[in-house]
Amino acid sequence: MTALTILLVLVLLLVVFGLLFRLQILTSIFSGTYVREIGMSNRINAVLMLVFMVVGGAAFFWSFSENFNKMNPPIASIHGHAMERMFWTTMTVIGIAFVLTQVILFVYSYKYQHKEGRRAYFFAHNNTIEVVWTIIPAIVMASLIFAGWKAWTRITGPAPKDAVVVEVMGKQFNWLVRYPGRDMKLGVVNYRLIDASNDFGFDLSDKAALDDFTTNGEIHVPKGHPVLIKIRSRDVLHAVYMPHFRVQMYAVPGMPTRFWFTPTMTTDEMRAHLGNPKFDYELACNQICGASHFAMKAKVIVDEPDDYQAWYAKQKPNSANTDMMASYKETSKSAGLGKGGSLGAKAAAIEETGETPATPLSAQTAM
Amino acid sequence: MATNLPASAHAQGGIGTAPVPHTEHDEHLHEHDEHHDQHWLWKYVFSQDHKMIARQFLITGIFWAIVGGTLSSLFRLQLGWPEATLDWLQPILGKWIEGGKLNPEFYLALVTMHGTIMVFFVLTAGLSGTFSNFLIPLQVGARDMASGFMNMLSYWFFFLSSVIMFVSLFLETGPAAAGWTIYPPLSALPQAIKGSGMGMTMWLVSMVFFIVSQLLGGVNYVTTVINLRTRGLSMSKLPLTIWAFFLTAILGILSFPVLLSAALLLVFDRSFGTSFFLSDIYIAGQALHNQGGSPVLFQHLFWFLGHPEVYIVIMPAMGMVSEILATNARKPIFGYRAMIGSLIGISLLSFVVWAHHMFVTGMNPFLGSVFMFLTLIIAVPSGVKVFNWLATLWRGNIRFTAAMLFSIGFVSLFISGGLTGIILGNATLDIQMHNTYFVVAHFHLVMGSSAFFGLFAGVYHWFPKMFGRMMDEKLGYIHFWLTFIGVYLVFMPMHYVGIAGFPRRYYAWTGFDAFSQFADLNKFISAAAILAFFAQFVFIFNFFYSIFRGRRATQNPWNSTTLEWTTPIVPGHGNWPGEIPAVYRWPYDYSKPGSEVDFIPQNVPYSQTASSNLPYERELED
Repeated sequence: MTALTILLVLVLLLVVFGLLFRLQILTSIFSGTYVREIGMSNRINAVLMLVFMVVGGAAFFWSFSENFNKMNPPIASIHGHAMERMFWTTMTVIGIAFVLTQVILFVYSYKYQHKEGRRAYFFAHNNTIEVVWTIIPAIVMASLIFAGWKAWTRITGPAPKDAVVVEVMGKQFNWLVRYPGRDMKLGVVNYRLIDASNDFGFDLSDKAALDDFTTNGEIHVPKGHPVLIKIRSRDVLHAVYMPHFRVQMYAVPGMPTRFWFTPTMTTDEMRAHLGNPKFDYELACNQICGASHFAMKAKVIVDEPDDYQAWYAKQKPNSANTDMMASYKETSKSAGLGKGGSLGAKAAAIEETGETPATPLSAQTAM
Repeated sequence: MATNLPASAHAQGGIGTAPVPHTEHDEHLHEHDEHHDQHWLWKYVFSQDHKMIARQFLITGIFWAIVGGTLSSLFRLQLGWPEATLDWLQPILGKWIEGGKLNPEFYLALVTMHGTIMVFFVLTAGLSGTFSNFLIPLQVGARDMASGFMNMLSYWFFFLSSVIMFVSLFLETGPAAAGWTIYPPLSALPQAIKGSGMGMTMWLVSMVFFIVSQLLGGVNYVTTVINLRTRGLSMSKLPLTIWAFFLTAILGILSFPVLLSAALLLVFDRSFGTSFFLSDIYIAGQALHNQGGSPVLFQHLFWFLGHPEVYIVIMPAMGMVSEILATNARKPIFGYRAMIGSLIGISLLSFVVWAHHMFVTGMNPFLGSVFMFLTLIIAVPSGVKVFNWLATLWRGNIRFTAAMLFSIGFVSLFISGGLTGIILGNATLDIQMHNTYFVVAHFHLVMGSSAFFGLFAGVYHWFPKMFGRMMDEKLGYIHFWLTFIGVYLVFMPMHYVGIAGFPRRYYAWTGFDAFSQFADLNKFISAAAILAFFAQFVFIFNFFYSIFRGRRATQNPWNSTTLEWTTPIVPGHGNWPGEIPAVYRWPYDYSKPGSEVDFIPQNVPYSQTASSNLPYERELED
């Protein structure tokens, strides 16, 4: 009933608007303004252009400064600080271009509105001006490209040899995490060996896989030390996105990817810094992957190096996981794999990631 | 007489000082004159007349725009008020509302279909389908398109494609839901998301027909521009609209087939067990047999079309805006040749920048460097265009028609959206910004809203030629200001959300600490978006009302110089009742010193304008 009433009211409103519109046309026909050439409305629109620029510009600057603190996620990696500087430098450059061009656009629109008896200035081209405003942007662009290129090659270049290695594997809809264990070598995995107790698909015939360990989805990394994240997916595309570390890389099924960074603040330090005892670094999926894409996250914990080692030493290797060892026997048999069946895959894995497993954090070797 | 006589003028009507009308056209005209009552089926439905086909594209485009806008209002409701119960939508959405909540998979379907509809069906077919069809023959002085029959097929393939896409909205398992970029494996595996079942199949079939339609149209546009220009209309006298449509058509012809190949390979992967894009997949408790495929390969193929596609969307708008700005500033477009040069530059560069969509997909970082370089270079020709538009306004005598307002709005939005492209084209900064709302804000301004503004400008400007009546100016003003303010209120704050790192295609951000601070801003954006959407009904009312009841148009209501305004108020089949006018001058002789009127149409010979001729034009007087 209420829906019907609302509908009725809406229809009546539309009818009223329609009638008003018709009435306005009829009166303007009578008053003779209907077929006018250029009149009052031209002036109103010109003034509105100026009003829009002033009010809109003020509103923009107000809302921008109001929200400025909220829009900068705290930074916790070395390259993140460099990126942040580059971002705001570029924003300043484009901000200047933005203000200049918009002001010119709206001021010209106002200033050169139609005036009776005036004639537009016949000015068809000027090659000098064209050359000037081609070259200046080209120079600005070139310097931005150069800065961007330098940073890009540094960030995406090979990870330092002593980087700590952790691998994350995306699946619908959570992240699996594994570490190389004591031998500092990630063991071979094979998607055909995945089952309920072997989420990663470890090929346990590879010795290097026996001491790998998985976590409950938490990622621990040491502060102040380069961390190499190796990334896989076992079903659809995902993306590892860690806004606080300014890290992002797709997880691609069939093609391992990687990203390395150096965390600069532990979780505790960041909690103190932000005055938020509940703060945690987060890893979000940033490539559409299905219904629960928006809920696919993992917690990242940055520890002091000592704490990290202590945590690392406490983890149980695959070989201690009896469920996995038992189910591996079944699955490898039915899949016709195992007994070195994935060794070819191992060679391929090294080729794909472009290096043999990285040298460990020196302290870890001592464990 | 005209010095710059293209060889093709022969096909058009004759050569030399005494034009001989082309006999075939002539007979056709006679026939038309004698049989006024053409059957409605051939006049309104299966018409081969470019003007009717243009109107068909426009009205279908408007239909799609309403659908696309409605979908966006639905998902903005979810994003603005994630806690609200949406029971009241149950009568419309049925099972997609569960316990008062929007189904998350359906949310992704809404996002996917909004993108697909807006990019392809509205801003590609609706925009260049309408105006390329309508303006090319009228502005180059041709009786019709090179092939009216192919042109008709182009519309009906589009129609078929539209029907299939529209039906897919009502499937039991929902329409395609893997994002408008349909990246596999998500789009290839129904196990991964329901929309990748029948919905995706229909999406692909629909797109195949869509591409066929685009190619039929594109070949026609290119052929018509090259071969059917009237006497004297050399390429260097073409209005910028035609240059833009011409280059757009070339881009489409070269890039759409690549999308077709990507779609076909995806069909193979989905239905015939091939592994072009699939490898090492374990899903729904099962390891798939596919090995060796590459999802990144699909992205290369997709964006090889996908990036030129955004220029396919924006270049027609650029052309129309150039034309409308010059006409209403009563000034020649500044730097006519630089405008053509920058269009050509943009067209060439648009083919070598596609991988800037893929900086962080695992592509070789060296390729990233190359594509960053090429991408940022494209800012230069784009900048030149903006500066030329601004210089066109300088010392003009501006008439604010609704079309002019939308053109100025276009320039403003193009600047705002274009500049952030400099951030996103920088691979380093893209690491953080990729797939965030910063990207969403960027492209909605620079290609979404801008192209829409170009579309509106075109409709307001050429409505009198299309329907013989004027649209109501006052409603046009209201429509412009509501939309202009609305668009900025939606997309400026969206940048803040993006800088904060909010990922796109998220059903809700409530699960993340990092993305919890902008609930109020998202409400604001949603409210502005829904209001801006409703403001479009002012336009829709004005459009349909004016078709039937608008003020009658005069022959050349905007005192414009181009050829379409030399036709009768409502041009019949064949466009000009008599001989096609010849062209003597460029299209931008506005406010020429020494001339009595402030515009000299292209078909006025120099011999009649001795007082205003420039020194080098005096030689052309006789």
